[in-house]
Amino acid sequence: MAVTRSPVKSRKRVIVRFAGDSGDGMQLAGSRFTEATAEHGNDFATLPSFPAEIRAPAGTLAGVSAFQIHFAAQDILTPGDEPDVLVAMNPAALRSELPGLARRGTVIANEDAFSKRNLQKAGYDENPLEDGSLDGYHVIRIPMTSLTTRATEAIESVSTRDAGRAKNLFALGVVSWLYDRPTKPTEDWLRRKFVNKPGPLEANLAAFRAGWNFGETSELIDVQYKVDPATDVPPGTYRNVNGTTATAMGLIAASVRSGLPLVLASYPITPASELLHELARHQDMGVRTMQAEDEIAAAGMALGAAFGGALGVTATSGPGMDLKAETIGLAVALELPMVVIDVQRAGPSTGMPTKTEQSDLLMAIHGRHGESPLPVVAATTPGQCFEAAYEAARIAVHHRTPVILLSDLFLANSSEPWRIPDAGELAAIEPALTTAPHNGTPFQPYLRDRNGARPWAVPGTPGLAHRIGGLEKEDVTGDISYDGANHARMTRVRADRIAGLAAELPPLEVDEDPGATLLVLGWGSSLGAIRAAARRVRLNGHAVAIAHLRHLNPLPANTGDVLRRYERVLVPEMNTGQLAQLLRAEYLVDVESYTKLEGKPLFAAELEREFVERL
Amino acid sequence: MTTEALTAKDFTSDQETRWCPGCGDYAVLAAVQKLMPELGIPPHRVVFVTGIGCAGRFAYYMDTYGMHGIHGRAPALATGLAAARDDLSIWIVTGDGDALSIGGNHLIHALRRNVPVKILMFNNQIYGLTKGQASPTSELGKVTKSTPFGAQDEPFNPLSLALGAGATFAARTVDRDRRHMTDVLRAAAEHEGAAFVEIYQNCPVFNDGAFFALTEKDRAVFNRIPLVHGEPIRFGPDGEHGVARGEDGSLEIVAAEDRELVVHDARRADPTQAFALARLADSPNEPTPIGVFRDVRRPVGIAEVSRKLNEAREQMAPEALDRLLHAGDTWTVA
Repeated sequence: MAVTRSPVKSRKRVIVRFAGDSGDGMQLAGSRFTEATAEHGNDFATLPSFPAEIRAPAGTLAGVSAFQIHFAAQDILTPGDEPDVLVAMNPAALRSELPGLARRGTVIANEDAFSKRNLQKAGYDENPLEDGSLDGYHVIRIPMTSLTTRATEAIESVSTRDAGRAKNLFALGVVSWLYDRPTKPTEDWLRRKFVNKPGPLEANLAAFRAGWNFGETSELIDVQYKVDPATDVPPGTYRNVNGTTATAMGLIAASVRSGLPLVLASYPITPASELLHELARHQDMGVRTMQAEDEIAAAGMALGAAFGGALGVTATSGPGMDLKAETIGLAVALELPMVVIDVQRAGPSTGMPTKTEQSDLLMAIHGRHGESPLPVVAATTPGQCFEAAYEAARIAVHHRTPVILLSDLFLANSSEPWRIPDAGELAAIEPALTTAPHNGTPFQPYLRDRNGARPWAVPGTPGLAHRIGGLEKEDVTGDISYDGANHARMTRVRADRIAGLAAELPPLEVDEDPGATLLVLGWGSSLGAIRAAARRVRLNGHAVAIAHLRHLNPLPANTGDVLRRYERVLVPEMNTGQLAQLLRAEYLVDVESYTKLEGKPLFAAELEREFVERL
Repeated sequence: MTTEALTAKDFTSDQETRWCPGCGDYAVLAAVQKLMPELGIPPHRVVFVTGIGCAGRFAYYMDTYGMHGIHGRAPALATGLAAARDDLSIWIVTGDGDALSIGGNHLIHALRRNVPVKILMFNNQIYGLTKGQASPTSELGKVTKSTPFGAQDEPFNPLSLALGAGATFAARTVDRDRRHMTDVLRAAAEHEGAAFVEIYQNCPVFNDGAFFALTEKDRAVFNRIPLVHGEPIRFGPDGEHGVARGEDGSLEIVAAEDRELVVHDARRADPTQAFALARLADSPNEPTPIGVFRDVRRPVGIAEVSRKLNEAREQMAPEALDRLLHAGDTWTVA
């Protein structure tokens, strides 16, 4: 077929949002587009957004599922604020997602789905495709359902049902053409996925190609965009990972490198369950996963496994953290290694289980009765979850302490290219299990090394049988002690050994322009948004300093010095100002807060505004 | 260290025991310390995991590995330990409040999973360490500090609870009969999955005499219904009473000479007879079965997974981690 090529325009970066009913396959379309984008060589970041209900009524606002991808010819830092293109598979998707679309953005709508009934379900009195309400946008109406049916009806093996479910691939085909994505990754994937299912395979292939061809031939779309491969990416081998997968691999890597078997005990809770699912697949790597009877048991199993010489890990979200506090306190007293992963979500209570927040920081640091300090590590990007999980395990094992790793829903679900590290180059984790009593004397379970860590002597080791428990211990011997002076000493010892960890942490690094008077200090998953905002501010000729915390307890040793170097310090967080409160208390610096509590990550544009106001 | 030379002393720690004088816990401790050398397991392969309550102190008195945990959570801690290690003999010591109240969920799931642990539940029908509140096994109407007008809540029957949760081994013994207790503990030790042993234990301070009907010489002979595998269930000074199946299928106490007695079969896969025996007595002040109610084999899932994981770890290629990190679609930037 001879076609006239549409003119091709170049774009540096584009944000596309696929939105439809939760049964429309938008996550699949988005993830396939992501793989093709990776293949094409763009940098990218993605963010899926799911409805809280598993099967919300079809066609309603509550049932809208969306997937956003930001891709660019340069290094990018976030899944993007406002989409340039919104693919709306039904009226509910349009209504729910339109407010986020960039001004003069493009809407690609499946016009077949804009029936009277669907319009009603979405709360539209009039069809927005026809009543002029979308005049400020570039609207491309495509009858995706009927074109998919037409593309597949001639194929013998394809049932009506197969055809009806393939329209997401049609949409993917259109958008793939629009941004000139390679088609091979998608077609290969379909062939693998439906290897023994000719009906769905043929339907999806046909729909995908029909979508692509529609883009190429239809005059509805008058321009094709090209986003060149990114060239400012460090060399290496990359793969696309989300925070969940990266965390799982970090834990497995820590297990393999330390030689400690990994035991993850977890209770189903959104969004942390994904980590359980991910690790459950890796028995071949010696990974044991246990679905516990409750959150408390999950923590108990991880700690019991640690007593036995395993890398004990438990993961949870939201109210699950409350339930684990008791066991974490026991781990503080027992001084055994344990990793607790908190994939934060919006609270209080059940809160918003599918929305992100950073509101467990103070709980992680302080949320146990008595004086019970422990290290807190926070992950900063989806790929960095690997490093953060590995680091949490390293600290736990070396210092014989429970460590809380703060991740969040945004990190868990978002994805980005991840430069794969060489396993052999990961920092060593040395369990240094005790195998014999010290100098022939009776074993003393609370005799400390120079880091203040006590011996880890696991059951089964001859000559080292000993008893530990939640009762206060006598220094050195570990015998039960109710002596006041001993308790005061042990409280100090426990505090000092955690505080002393700061000595081995990398200093807080500042990325600053000469003459900067404003420091923006973030923690955890806001790294990308803060960097992106700083980049924009700098492009406009302003000076700003940014720094980011990966260790929240203890804080890097130079934190106070860094804070005091600047006239103003701004701390953006997805909570009511928890880090700001800590910094004020610890360093007496008058830090300012920018807080966001909408269940969405911080956006570069809002941060840019906040930075500029303070310059 | 050869296990043959071991004695009770090898299992006795240097810690001073601090239970109240006359506490039934002393008898259990002595019986366990005496039994241990018989089992042929060296002390360093034995772990006692305990909860909170008077029974929780047990771990400190055994010269083995031990973890004194938190209230009710010993089965969870022990399950994690059993998952990490298949080469240990793991014992849980708990009480009626610890196991059946705050830790009820962990107990039933440890039984459901058939975790290879021995659970010794000291039942004294009272909270001792917190100084005398009603427990989930206190009888109706029991006057305690927390129930000055008498307990309003029906007590648990621990054995029927354990059997309901799928316990593969369920037994009851009493603190004041060393030989019976030792036999039951030995059977528990030999069981490969989760073994649940209820031990009627006298609390001389807050609930003295709760089980005297079953432990004191003049009364025990009338009230104990000994369960012996393969034997008709018979009791009384001259074996004049017994347990028979009634017309409606339920078990009842009868005059032995009148009826055909039920033959005890602890190995029966079907748990209903064990359950009926567990429900035969409403309180330890009436004729009450003691002994092994049920002792059946069921796959121990945790151990099966351990075998698989041990194998996987042994066979893991040096490059396995690199392979994992590179799984899926990758691309290279030069």
